[in-house]
Amino acid sequence: MSMLEQLTAAFPSVDFEQVLDPPQDVAHVPADVYLDFVAAAKTAGFDVFVNLCGVDYLRRDPRFEVVVNLLSYEPPARLRLRVGVPASDPTVATITGVFPGANFYERETFDLFGIVFAGHPDLTRLVLPDDWEGHPLRKDYSVGSVPVRFKGSPKAT
Amino acid sequence: MSDTPNVVTGDLEAPTTEAPQEPRDAASAAADARREVHDMWVAGTEEPEWMRSYTNEGAQEMLEADQDPARELHRGTVVEDDFMEDEPADDDELQILNMGPQHPSTHGVLRLHLELDGETIRRVKPIIGYLHTGMEKTAETLTYMQGSTNVTRMDYLSPMHMELAFSLAVESLLGVEIPERGQAIRVLLTELNRVSSHLVWAATQGTDLGAVSMLIYGLRDREYILEFFEKTTGLRMNHNFIRPGGVAADLPDGWEEDVEQIIEKVSQGVSEYEELLNGNPIFQDRTIGVGVITPEECKALGVSGPMARASGIKWDIRKAFPYSGIDKYDFEVPTGKHGDVWDRYQVRIAEIWQSLGIVRQVLETMPAGDYRTPDRKVTPPPRKRIDESMEALIHHFKLFTSGYKVPVGETYRAIESPRGELGMYIVSDGRERPWRMHARTPSFNHVQALPTMMTDSLVADIVATIASADPVLGDVDR
Repeated sequence: MSMLEQLTAAFPSVDFEQVLDPPQDVAHVPADVYLDFVAAAKTAGFDVFVNLCGVDYLRRDPRFEVVVNLLSYEPPARLRLRVGVPASDPTVATITGVFPGANFYERETFDLFGIVFAGHPDLTRLVLPDDWEGHPLRKDYSVGSVPVRFKGSPKAT
Repeated sequence: MSDTPNVVTGDLEAPTTEAPQEPRDAASAAADARREVHDMWVAGTEEPEWMRSYTNEGAQEMLEADQDPARELHRGTVVEDDFMEDEPADDDELQILNMGPQHPSTHGVLRLHLELDGETIRRVKPIIGYLHTGMEKTAETLTYMQGSTNVTRMDYLSPMHMELAFSLAVESLLGVEIPERGQAIRVLLTELNRVSSHLVWAATQGTDLGAVSMLIYGLRDREYILEFFEKTTGLRMNHNFIRPGGVAADLPDGWEEDVEQIIEKVSQGVSEYEELLNGNPIFQDRTIGVGVITPEECKALGVSGPMARASGIKWDIRKAFPYSGIDKYDFEVPTGKHGDVWDRYQVRIAEIWQSLGIVRQVLETMPAGDYRTPDRKVTPPPRKRIDESMEALIHHFKLFTSGYKVPVGETYRAIESPRGELGMYIVSDGRERPWRMHARTPSFNHVQALPTMMTDSLVADIVATIASADPVLGDVDR
C-alpha cells in the first residue's frame, strides 16, 4: 500500500488531487482533521517538513488557506496540504508538535495574515515590530504609496 | 557635605517641604519605570496595553526558562560536544547575552538572545526581521514580467537560483517549454552561481574561525565569476537574467574562453583552500564535533541542502526532481556522516568540485538554438522584428505595459540552491500579477535550526555554527 493510499483510506473527508507538473499530490484537508492528518502523513512517510504559508482568497469562503508542503525522501514524493480557514474565526491547530520546523512559519503566517495557530508555544510577531497594526499580506491591507511631486500636478503640495 | 552652602547659586530660597510620598507597590513602580524608558525612546507613540503587561521588549524578550514551551523543542539530541549540566543552574547564575544584529559574525542582521551558564549556552532565541522589506507583498503588485527583478534581491548571494525558481514556477503554470540552449544556459549560470556562493561561504567560514586570509582568497576567486556574470547579464548581482520563458539574452561572444578560465582559476583556488584548511589543527579543533544536527532533526526542522547532506541524508533535488535538463549531466551528491561543521565544510568544498564538473560538461555540450521560448505571448520578439512587423510591435508593447496572463492555478516549484531547497509557491487568479507568491527559502529553516545546533555548546562555537549554516539574511527576512 503506497503512502498516499494509506492516507486516502484513513481520511475519507480529505479530497486528493494530483498535479502533474511538477509531480505532486494536493490534499484538501478540513480544518478539524488537519492535525491528525499531518501526524498520519508523517507516519506514512512524508516525514520531511518543507514549509507552511498562508493565502488570502478574499472573496471566497473560507477566506484564508493554510498551505503546508511535506516531502518524502524515499520514494521521492511531495504532498501539499491545503486547509481552509474561515475569516470569522481564523484559527487552526498548530503542527509544531509534529514538525518543530513549523514554529517560525506559523509565527510568520500569524504575523502577516493574522491566522492564529492554537496551541503554538510562542505565537508572537516574527518579522514585523510588535506594535505593528494589521496583517500586511491580507488582501484588504493597502500597499501604501509615497506621493511623488510632479511639476504642474494639481496634487503636488 | 550637605550643610555646605551652595556658593554658585546661593541659598536664597527656603527649602520647600514636600508631602511624603505614598509608598508605592512594586508592580506600579516597575510600570512607571518602564513607561519612563518607553517615553524616552518612543515618545509620541502609544504603548500597546498587552505589551505593558509583561515586558518592555515585546515579543522578542526571552521568556523565563520554566515558562518557555519552545525549550524542549529546541533542545536537540544530546551529542558528544554538549556540555550537560549536572543540576540546573540558579537563575542568578544565568546570564542573558544579546548577540547581533550588528555583530560581524552574524552574516548580516541576525540577532540571537543567548542564555549562558558560564561559558555554556543553555538557550538560544534567534530574532529576525531586521531586513524584512515585504517582498512577498511587493510581488503581488508586480507583473510576472517584473517579478524576477524582485525575487533576485532576496538571496543576494545566489540571485540566479532565485530567478530560476520563480521562472520555473511561472512556466509550470503557463505550460511553456524552454529550448535546450536556454536550459543549458540556465544550468551553466546557476552552477557557476553555486560556486560563487560557496566561495563566499568559504571566505566567511574561514574568517570567522580566524583564518582571515580565506576572506581575501574566497572573494578574489568569486570575483572571476562575478566578472563573467557582469559580462553576460550586465550586473554583478541582482541580474534579472533568467526570466519566465527562457533567459534574457544569449551568452556573449567568447564565453567559452571565459568559462574555461574560471574553471582553471577557481580549481586552483579551491585546491589552495584545501591545503590551507584540511590539515590545519586549529581549524579542525574549531569544527570537528561542533554544531551537530542529526538527520531526524534535519527532517523535522526542514533543514536541507548541504546541511542535511552533511548529516548523511543523500538527497539532492537536482537528482530527485530534475529541472532544466540537469539530469543530462553527470555529477555526484557528496554526503557527510556526523552533521558537524567539519562535515559541512567537506560537503561544500566537494560541491564546488561537482559544480565545476557540471560547468565543464555544459561547456562541452552547449546545444545550438534559441535561448528562449518562441511563444511571443511570453517573451518579447527580437528587436529587428519590431521594425518589420506590426504584430511584433503589438506583442512587445503588450508585454512591457500590461504583461501576460497566467492561467488560474497554484504551484510549488523547488530547486536546489547553494543553501538548500528553494521553493516558490505561486497562486494565480488568471491575471498578470500573482495573487500570492511565497518563497520557501532555505536560510529561514536553517536560522530556526540554530538553537538545536547550539544549545549546550560553548559560546566560542556560535560563530562557527552560524557560518556553517551559511544564512543570508535577505533570504530569511524577505
